Amino acid sequence: MLLSRKWLNEFVTIDADDRTFAEEMTLSGSKVEATEDLGIEIQNVVVGKITSLQKHSNSDKLWICQIDIGEDSPVQIVTGAQNINENDLVPVAKDGSKLPGNIEIKANELRGEMSYGMLCSIAELNLTTGDFPEAVEDGIFILNQIPCEIGQDIREVIGSLDKVVEFEITPNRPDCLSVIGLAREASATFNKELNLHTPVVNGGGNGDIFSLLDVDVPAEDLCPRYTARMVHNVKVEPSPQWMRERLRASGVRPINNIVDITNYVMLEYGQPMHAFDYRYVKGGKIIVRHATEGETLTTLDGTVRSLHQTDLVIADETRAVGLAGIMGGENSEIMDDTIDVVFESANFNGTAVRKTALSLGMRTEASAKFEKGLDILNTLPAINRACELVELLQAGEVLDGVIDILNYVPNPTQLELQPNKINSLLGTQIETKTMCDILTSLGFTVEGELVTVPSWRGDVMHYSDLAEEVARFYGYNHIPTTSMRGETTQGGFSPKELLEKELGSICRSMGYNEIITYSFISPTYYDKILLNADSPLRNSIKIMNPLGEDTSIMRTTVLPSMLEILAKNYNYRNKNVLLYEMGRTYFAKEDGLADEPKVLCLGAFGDDMDFFTLKGAVECILETLRIKNVKFVANTTNPSYHPGRCANMLIDDKVIGVLGEIHPTVAKNYNVDTALYCAEIPFDSILQNLGGIPQYAPLPKYPSMSRDIALLVDKKTTVGALETCITQSAGDLLKQVTLFDIYVDENLPKDTKSIAFNLLFRSDNRSLTSQEADDEIANILQSLTTEFNATLR
Amino acid sequence: MKSQLEQIKQTAINMLQEIQDATELDAWRVKYLGKKGELTALLKQMGKLSADERPVMGQLANEVRETLTNSMEEWKKSIEESMLNARLTHETVDVTIPGKKTAIGHQHPMYIVLDEIKGIFVGMGFESLDGPEIELAEYNFDRLNAEEGHPSRDWSDTFYFDQDSRVMLRSQTSPMQIRAMETRTLPIRIISPGRVYRKDEVDATHSPMFHQVEGLVVDKGITMADLKGTLNTVVEKLYGEGTKTRFRPHHFPFTEPSCEMDVQCHKCSGVGCPTCKYEGWIELLGAGMVHPKVLEGCGIDTNVYSGWAFGIGLERTAMRRFKIADLRLIFENDIRFLEQF
Repeated sequence: MLLSRKWLNEFVTIDADDRTFAEEMTLSGSKVEATEDLGIEIQNVVVGKITSLQKHSNSDKLWICQIDIGEDSPVQIVTGAQNINENDLVPVAKDGSKLPGNIEIKANELRGEMSYGMLCSIAELNLTTGDFPEAVEDGIFILNQIPCEIGQDIREVIGSLDKVVEFEITPNRPDCLSVIGLAREASATFNKELNLHTPVVNGGGNGDIFSLLDVDVPAEDLCPRYTARMVHNVKVEPSPQWMRERLRASGVRPINNIVDITNYVMLEYGQPMHAFDYRYVKGGKIIVRHATEGETLTTLDGTVRSLHQTDLVIADETRAVGLAGIMGGENSEIMDDTIDVVFESANFNGTAVRKTALSLGMRTEASAKFEKGLDILNTLPAINRACELVELLQAGEVLDGVIDILNYVPNPTQLELQPNKINSLLGTQIETKTMCDILTSLGFTVEGELVTVPSWRGDVMHYSDLAEEVARFYGYNHIPTTSMRGETTQGGFSPKELLEKELGSICRSMGYNEIITYSFISPTYYDKILLNADSPLRNSIKIMNPLGEDTSIMRTTVLPSMLEILAKNYNYRNKNVLLYEMGRTYFAKEDGLADEPKVLCLGAFGDDMDFFTLKGAVECILETLRIKNVKFVANTTNPSYHPGRCANMLIDDKVIGVLGEIHPTVAKNYNVDTALYCAEIPFDSILQNLGGIPQYAPLPKYPSMSRDIALLVDKKTTVGALETCITQSAGDLLKQVTLFDIYVDENLPKDTKSIAFNLLFRSDNRSLTSQEADDEIANILQSLTTEFNATLR
Repeated sequence: MKSQLEQIKQTAINMLQEIQDATELDAWRVKYLGKKGELTALLKQMGKLSADERPVMGQLANEVRETLTNSMEEWKKSIEESMLNARLTHETVDVTIPGKKTAIGHQHPMYIVLDEIKGIFVGMGFESLDGPEIELAEYNFDRLNAEEGHPSRDWSDTFYFDQDSRVMLRSQTSPMQIRAMETRTLPIRIISPGRVYRKDEVDATHSPMFHQVEGLVVDKGITMADLKGTLNTVVEKLYGEGTKTRFRPHHFPFTEPSCEMDVQCHKCSGVGCPTCKYEGWIELLGAGMVHPKVLEGCGIDTNVYSGWAFGIGLERTAMRRFKIADLRLIFENDIRFLEQF
């Protein structure tokens, strides 16, 4: 909402400077977003009178003017303009003046003659012929028809000595989308008297509205009130300068006097209005009805609209002439030759207007107001104001009589003033009288304990609303600040959150960076990660109205999100990228809601990265969380991963996660030409397997014995299987098995490899003898030979 | 013999001065003080002396031995010291050569801010709760006083999963207020952080997905003064002691009175500058007294209980804190960005 300070001052005199005005209004609830000084870009431009005009001796096109600008001597200005004459009044940008667009005007020499400034066109003053119809587009702005004096600041003349304040009005306060509404707030804020004006219409135009016009409102539910008046013999012409200035300041383009009046009243009263050309209201009948399915209407913006039964139209007997509360029809538009005008000032159902505006994609100033719910009692004063302005502008003859269909008479809201309750909600001790004064200043009536809410304050329905009114003008910042009393509560984090914190710090300690990705993805991402056509992971929850295909389904796996970010970093030529995310996935539940389990996902690429580096990171995570007995089993069937470099993590044969190198085809689908590595571990499986509090084990008292064995085995034998065999065949004395070498070479027998372990033996109650360790090794070797045909190298 | 002793002593001490390292010193020790050394050799001749001379010479010989031993120890100490010094000099490094770093990962800036906020509230006795992102419109709207027809319910503003607009992606963390009031016993002091979704195209300040933290207090005798007091404390912890705040009236359907809280611009201290768009204040969060209708809808007796709630956008808070100019960077996850925090 744009508010002209000049316009405001017509209703309440506020002389506060910009900053104070903005701050005080903001603190009482009308948030000021910005203040624009309309004339700030114009400096040192005054009205001048051309006292003499001479041809430049060195040019065919230039003129040398002597101009009286109200100073001791006239100034000389050289101009190329051709529309000026002696005695014309013109805007003169003096030497050292400023014009919009940061243009500075300085004295200079033009073909041997000094020019001490410039004469201005309307464009150079940031105006259009819409603002000043008497001006020409190409040429100097001649001020002869405009009230002004020689030497007068041009900003005064063109109405740019005004400040426009931009407010952010919350949706509960449609009454503040008007000059009067904001004047009421300003009056209460600055404690200044509000001078409202009751429109006076003389009427007496030739004709009887009741015989000329009939209004029928079959769609009662969507149109609680419809008020109409008529004007005869209109003279369609530009509206006067003061009106155009105010419209312009409020961001509305002036069109002609009749249309400008409807806009002026809308801005002043907050009541949208419409004007029809009576000629095109067939049968002299206005019908407010639902549209018929498929009915079309060309709106004022020239667009053909196809309507639905839920849309509300203003129609005559034969066709729709306007879209109720949104925009008029082209077929009844005010034209230069319009003679009779019907003014409409109506109240339409906000939800219906909003739905129609939304479905047609045409939110207008009027619809934006209606959709918030307007004051039903405002239609009559507004239409009278419009007629008063018609008479003031001598734009036509207003007919006597008002057609006013009132389908719904609202009862004023009445509330009990409960000062104690208000004070105990606010934590204040505001006196009852102060409360009453505040409410009265806002137009509430207070009689004893009964508060009557004014019709324009549909948002006030409850004592807590009254509390807010009191608080706003008592001052939020005068409410004390206290500490909460009452029962002590135990704060804390949930186990999941604690796990999340710990997981995060483990990942970071290993160099992984945290990322955040969108929860919604494109269904094509499942193809990108080569998910099987029948994979249950493809059963994603779908958004009915997504922003686009790319964000249209809720992910069931975090893998594509991670791959996308890896790919981005790859494209940025980042080296050694290590990432983690704790992201949610979404699975439909029967009740329509979803399970939203979180998954820890690691993603990495770079020179230092390979399967075992990633596995090491995963092992560190498991170890730090004391998750025990995890087996890594080759997974050759996960379609997103390299079939030879992927493992499931198992506890008791239950899969708790997967890790590995991403399938080269998948990487290629992401346009990545290097090996990518990922691990996915659902939170639930981590939570279920978390180790408990560590229990201290006594430190070894006796020395250990170390033995190395290098085994020659079939090349398909896995290290894991050998380790299991070693552990199972050894006694309690074996404390540690460490792989230290894998060797494949042509010199070895065909299809074999050499695997070397270091074994550590120790007893808890004595020093071992060399013989004991050797016996253990012999046992182990025997088992290895039996099971794997392993031989010692 | 006496002169011989003096001679040995003098020569030995002179020799000692020449010695530079431990090996030479050891050789010296053997030569003069060893079992086969010169002093011992001389003493073996004591037997040839008279009984009167023997004790005198014995004492003298002991004195010489003691002198030489002491000198040797002293000299040894000084040699060791100079050797140590030489070693230390030799081992001197250029301390300006960069260290060998362990790569440490970085927390996402949004989560840094979230952790800070969580920590502050948990310290004040708030419990942190998690809630569903796929939510019923009933919780996200109806029970929060945003009835049918509220603009935020439009399909142009909110993501839905069914034609009836019944299930949606929550557009705010506020439904957690209802869930907390439904499931928990009074008094309530909770915060609930999480993802929220609105149908905004991606640009420098908008994202269809972002994060909020919701807070809710319901107890006997809770006032707006408590709201102010608590949030002021939080802001001081977040932005430093003495940070100035102000509260402005605002509108949320589920709080009444409602407010927005501003912090004084840190750059200009309230004078006005580009950072605060010349307002002197920067908007931080929305809050208010829980609307009695919302409380009653959860079966809470508003004659006894009242409450306050707040909601804060995390991306914006993080952007302000770390001077991040473009929201898109938050979701871009470029490690050159992430590694700055």
